Amino acid sequence: MQKTENNKAWFLVLPVFVCVAFSALIPLMTVVNYSVQDILGPNQRVFVGTEWFLEVLQDEDLHDALIRQIEFSALILLIEIPLGIALALALPTQGWRTSLCLVLLALPLLIPWNVVGTIWQIFGRGDIGLGGYVVNALGVSYNYTAEPLDAWVTVVVMDIWHWTPLVVLLCYAGLRAIPDAYYQAARIDGASAWAVFRYIQLPKLRGVLLIAFLLRFMDSFMIYTEPFVLTGGGPGNSTTFLSQYLTTLAVGQFDVGPAAAFSIIYFLIILLLSFIFYTVIQNMGKGGAS
Amino acid sequence: MKKRSIALVVYFLFLLLPIYWMVNMGLKTNEEILGTFTLFPQHPTLANFRTIFTDPGWYSGYLNSIAYVSMNTVLSVLVALPAAYAFSRYAFVGDKHMFFWLLTNRMSPPAVFLLPFFELYSSIGLFDTHIAVALAHMLFNVPLAVWILEGFMSGVPKEIDETAYIDGYSFPRFFLRIFLPLIRSGIGVTAFFCFMFSWVELLLARTLTSVDAKPIAATMTRTVSAAGMDWGTLAAAGVITILPGALVIWFVRNYIAKGFALGRV
Repeated sequence: MQKTENNKAWFLVLPVFVCVAFSALIPLMTVVNYSVQDILGPNQRVFVGTEWFLEVLQDEDLHDALIRQIEFSALILLIEIPLGIALALALPTQGWRTSLCLVLLALPLLIPWNVVGTIWQIFGRGDIGLGGYVVNALGVSYNYTAEPLDAWVTVVVMDIWHWTPLVVLLCYAGLRAIPDAYYQAARIDGASAWAVFRYIQLPKLRGVLLIAFLLRFMDSFMIYTEPFVLTGGGPGNSTTFLSQYLTTLAVGQFDVGPAAAFSIIYFLIILLLSFIFYTVIQNMGKGGAS
Repeated sequence: MKKRSIALVVYFLFLLLPIYWMVNMGLKTNEEILGTFTLFPQHPTLANFRTIFTDPGWYSGYLNSIAYVSMNTVLSVLVALPAAYAFSRYAFVGDKHMFFWLLTNRMSPPAVFLLPFFELYSSIGLFDTHIAVALAHMLFNVPLAVWILEGFMSGVPKEIDETAYIDGYSFPRFFLRIFLPLIRSGIGVTAFFCFMFSWVELLLARTLTSVDAKPIAATMTRTVSAAGMDWGTLAAAGVITILPGALVIWFVRNYIAKGFALGRV
């Protein structure tokens, strides 16, 4: 759409800016402060410059947590996005079945995150949980509290269960917005189902996919509550993701300085990756979309 | 077509099984939950639900959550509406940067940011009030609301604005009388997402409250007692937490089905 040049539009954006800046900038400044100071007592602070940053960058445990985090986010994005698109395409388009599907899809999204962890904690147990019981009954030995691999699988499956509906809902809404004329044109051309998907549906979904992809990336990269409740980061450190490592640092060991320095690095990593994804997806298929 | 239905049925089974297990647990006693594997409750009991509806410590959690979530949803949508309009219709200095900056506010890892949040809201005397949580949650809900609304608004042809101005409508009157009804469905969908993200958030809500505004999710973390974890009550509480949101999605389901054309991007 052609946009009008108009700097007065800032007045319309101002309320948002004020509301968000209030909650965003002041805490951010405080964290930046922490990250360059050594707090010895209530009124005793020493400026330490980049010391915390250097300390954090050399932390081996943190490297492991970062790698684990990247693997986790990549894995769930690779599963949830295609699965979400496929399900959105398969959903019925009218009648009571649609209503039912949409309401059911929303259920996992509406459960508080700590409860999600708790449900899966019981659900995954081999002796008293339906999920673990069924898997064991199929002849697969499975015990998420003892086996690192099983714990990993459980966290990933839990996340897929929890968040795929978000991708489905967004994609479904995007699909419904495609005017019928496109499909009619495709029918006249005798386009295959794949061609319809590749040249009509996928380009039209770009907008919602950008939202879904970035939301899932940011939230999965900061995942904390669910794995914390489910596995507590164990067995060993096998499911300790970045946020949880950070919390151990900040609350457990009370190293506010390094924790703050790490928060800023953490924030910058997410910012950088989000910016790359944002730019790439925005420019993707701009030529062939018409 | 048949393969499709089978895949859907399999997926929805996967989706519903953990939820079924939660309902199942809610109807059992703790001994039965931890003692044996039973597909159906052997002695179904509503005791867990009764606890929640009679103990003020429990049901006030729901009331608090509903209070701040509604405030947050209304405020987020209200401030996001004009901003989304500006982003969809006008080019102005720094618009693209502003848009991306808004998104970055979803990216702060909570662990270390909790303490500054606590200090900030305590210093302005809002600690343990509903409005504090509502304001804090705007941090991640407003950007999302702007993003979704902007998509809906870009789907409305600009000629409608221009015609209205030619007909002598002032901006506020045009916005309220003509424009808002056109994007009704977008407002419904946005409200659902704001409601959802605020409803399930635990860390910020717990940090900013202690007694008077304590959210249900925080109440649930207190089910650990000397006698061990109270799984039954926890599961029953989980079942009840789904209900308000299910009600909201029921009202906006047709709007989602209508779809939204995301114009940006």
